[in-house]
Amino acid sequence: MGKARIHPVVRITHWVNAVALTIMVGSGLRIFNAYPAFARKGETFCCYPWEGQPIPNALTFGGWLAGARNWHFAMMWVLVVNGLIYLGFIYLHGEWRDLVPKKSFFRDSLEMMKYYLFLRKRHPVQGKYNALQRGTYFVLPIVGAVAVLSGIAIWKPVQLALLTDLMGGYVWARYWHFLSMVALVALSAIHIFMVFAVDPYALRAITTGGYNPEKSPEARNARPFYNLFGRRKSKEPPEAPPPPVPPERPASPETPSAPPVAIPHPSGGEAPAFPGPAIAPPSEPASTVPDGAKQ
Amino acid sequence: MELTGAAAWSTLLAACDSRGPKGAEKLLRYAERKNESLERALFRHTAMDAPIAGTRLTGKALPSYFISKTVPIWNEGERGRWALEVSGLVSRPLSLTLDELQKLPRTTQRVNHYCVEGWTAIEEWTGVRLRDLAQLAGAQPAAKYVDFQSFDSGYHESWDLESALHPQTVVAYGLDGRMLGPAHGAPARVYSPTKLGYKNTKYLTRIVFMPVRNGGYWSDQGYEWYAGV
Repeated sequence: MGKARIHPVVRITHWVNAVALTIMVGSGLRIFNAYPAFARKGETFCCYPWEGQPIPNALTFGGWLAGARNWHFAMMWVLVVNGLIYLGFIYLHGEWRDLVPKKSFFRDSLEMMKYYLFLRKRHPVQGKYNALQRGTYFVLPIVGAVAVLSGIAIWKPVQLALLTDLMGGYVWARYWHFLSMVALVALSAIHIFMVFAVDPYALRAITTGGYNPEKSPEARNARPFYNLFGRRKSKEPPEAPPPPVPPERPASPETPSAPPVAIPHPSGGEAPAFPGPAIAPPSEPASTVPDGAKQ
Repeated sequence: MELTGAAAWSTLLAACDSRGPKGAEKLLRYAERKNESLERALFRHTAMDAPIAGTRLTGKALPSYFISKTVPIWNEGERGRWALEVSGLVSRPLSLTLDELQKLPRTTQRVNHYCVEGWTAIEEWTGVRLRDLAQLAGAQPAAKYVDFQSFDSGYHESWDLESALHPQTVVAYGLDGRMLGPAHGAPARVYSPTKLGYKNTKYLTRIVFMPVRNGGYWSDQGYEWYAGV
């Protein structure tokens, strides 16, 4: 096997983080449920529409307030130490170069989004990670740092009052802690979704380190759930001319709204990316539906 | 390989709403002890709580917790006159009536209340600094912990001496300019912004200086014993 796509240190810290973060979020939500609001007693809070509504217990961890607190205050060390090992490693070993957004970050991100929204045919040329990934992996540690600092601020609001004051006081520090958690959960959810929807081969890269560059999303020209849409052959050179455009059906005033009926290709995966020539619309639309299509 | 992640996730999902694996208990207690050491190392008597300027008193919105079935009220007919006992490792054990307590040097402080549940409140407490009581009773050097006991069905919580001697730790008999009511621990209670609410024993009867800690009502049930903020 060649060089691992992802260094063992990054792989280990990734999975330790996955477990630690899950426990921190679950136990944190359990703690939140003891007082699912932000306002100081007798006051109102401007910026949270669900004051007083607890999180479903099924999404929490720890069983009860004290249990959740004990987990939270133990696992926080795993999260912080693991995070510092990761950051220290990628700084010393150079991985940060793949993660810091480039000058062209906004342009590249726009191109990626256009590609995902079918407004662009070819996957933009990327390095190890595309612009959206770079952005996500760059922002994650920053949001994590906000979560840790706001967490310390609500853990020690008297002994470390300076930090709590910096956050705008205890009530706001608690709010930043909650919001940074929401951001971490959202980024993680998108991350996990994209792994399964675009690059399931990355699961191997993050566990054993193995990766076949020919299976990269760029090589496969993979959009989210690319396998559900028409696919091109992966060996096709990037600069290849697009396949011929199907002949346009002449617009006919008699049949303005009938859509072209797709024919299932007999060889499944070999189906062309574009629908074939349109069939002349029938006079009785219901009768043309293939027998099996309505079941 | 790919399954490790999936297996870890399904284990975690199955563990939701649970207390987690039993085997973790020891580790959690170890972490709690280590956290306590760190928190005690961080603790400073010069670190004082101060509510943000311009915030108003919580007043009647301050929740009232007790463990008895009804509000604990000191019944003079049954128990005689209420007096606060200061005992244990002290040279001069004290028994102070409410009048005597009020004659001692008094302090009034507007501070935050940090509840373990996550809410806060701002109240103005009037009372006697615990460090003054310790000096008056002559707390001995061997005293490293202090137990605060109550007439609320045996509720008590023990503290580390450093936190008890913090200048903002008081035996309070006044709340927001009035004498303490039964809902908030009358005739007197411990109040310190340096500890979570549950460490601040209400319905106080006895302050015992001790060489060792002796747990507390909530700390015996799994809440942190130190509970400093």
